[in-house]
Amino acid sequence: MKVNGIDEGPAAAKTVSDLIRNSGLREDRVAVEVNGNIVPRSDYSITVLKDDDSVEIVGFVGGG
Amino acid sequence: MMSFPSIGEWDDILSERHTPRIHNIIKKARIGIAGLGGLGSNIASMLVRAGISVMVIADMDNVDASNINRQNYFAAHVGNAKTDATEEMLKRINPYVTVKKHHIRLDRDNIPSVFGNCEIICEAFDRPSEKAMLINTIMEKCPDVKVVAGSGMAGFGRSNGITTKKIFDRLYICGDGIDMEDAEGGLMAPRVNICAAHMANAVISLLVNGDV
Repeated sequence: MKVNGIDEGPAAAKTVSDLIRNSGLREDRVAVEVNGNIVPRSDYSITVLKDDDSVEIVGFVGGG
Repeated sequence: MMSFPSIGEWDDILSERHTPRIHNIIKKARIGIAGLGGLGSNIASMLVRAGISVMVIADMDNVDASNINRQNYFAAHVGNAKTDATEEMLKRINPYVTVKKHHIRLDRDNIPSVFGNCEIICEAFDRPSEKAMLINTIMEKCPDVKVVAGSGMAGFGRSNGITTKKIFDRLYICGDGIDMEDAEGGLMAPRVNICAAHMANAVISLLVNGDV
């Protein structure tokens, strides 16, 4: 599985929710794409990641 | 006092400055700004100076005295709605600009109708959960809209730590990714303006070249 362009090997995280948690991020402060498609927040826990998935995950910080 | 040029003369001035090809692209664009704090108020001014002729602005707050350290308002604006104060500032720059203002709290339901016909939206909120909400809503519900977001611009120094990056096909993020809680000095005008300038610059580049 690729995360932000880096090959992480076989899918270490089972779902998008797991990946967010493993990355030290929070579900209410991220945006996630799997294979170029945005994953709605309501689907994080039910979106299962596969070995050949390419995931982009970005967390947001405060200030503006 | 010298009077301001007519709308046609104003158009010619910008066309001569920016070249006709680029001016014609910029002036036709409709740009949205979500949040009129340190980022949004400054981005709005820069884009109107650059020749954007339709701005859609949204914010639910009023100007507070504590905003003046970095936001593009004057002391006399304290207590006014930020949408009204920003409209006034933009009309002072260019009396012919069209400002569509929304003094509301943006949410997943109203974002598509407020911003759906903009080419690009600048995410200029303060709180990370609001940033994520806006970006996810646009990505999910507005398939033709690009977002330029700000994430991390607190403190001082480290000017070259602020960057512009393409994250998704339609999402660009400017900033250094460091939370305001972790940056000494809090939010200050120079660094917030650097990030705002990155964002306004990304908007112009996306309009003209389709990339940053």
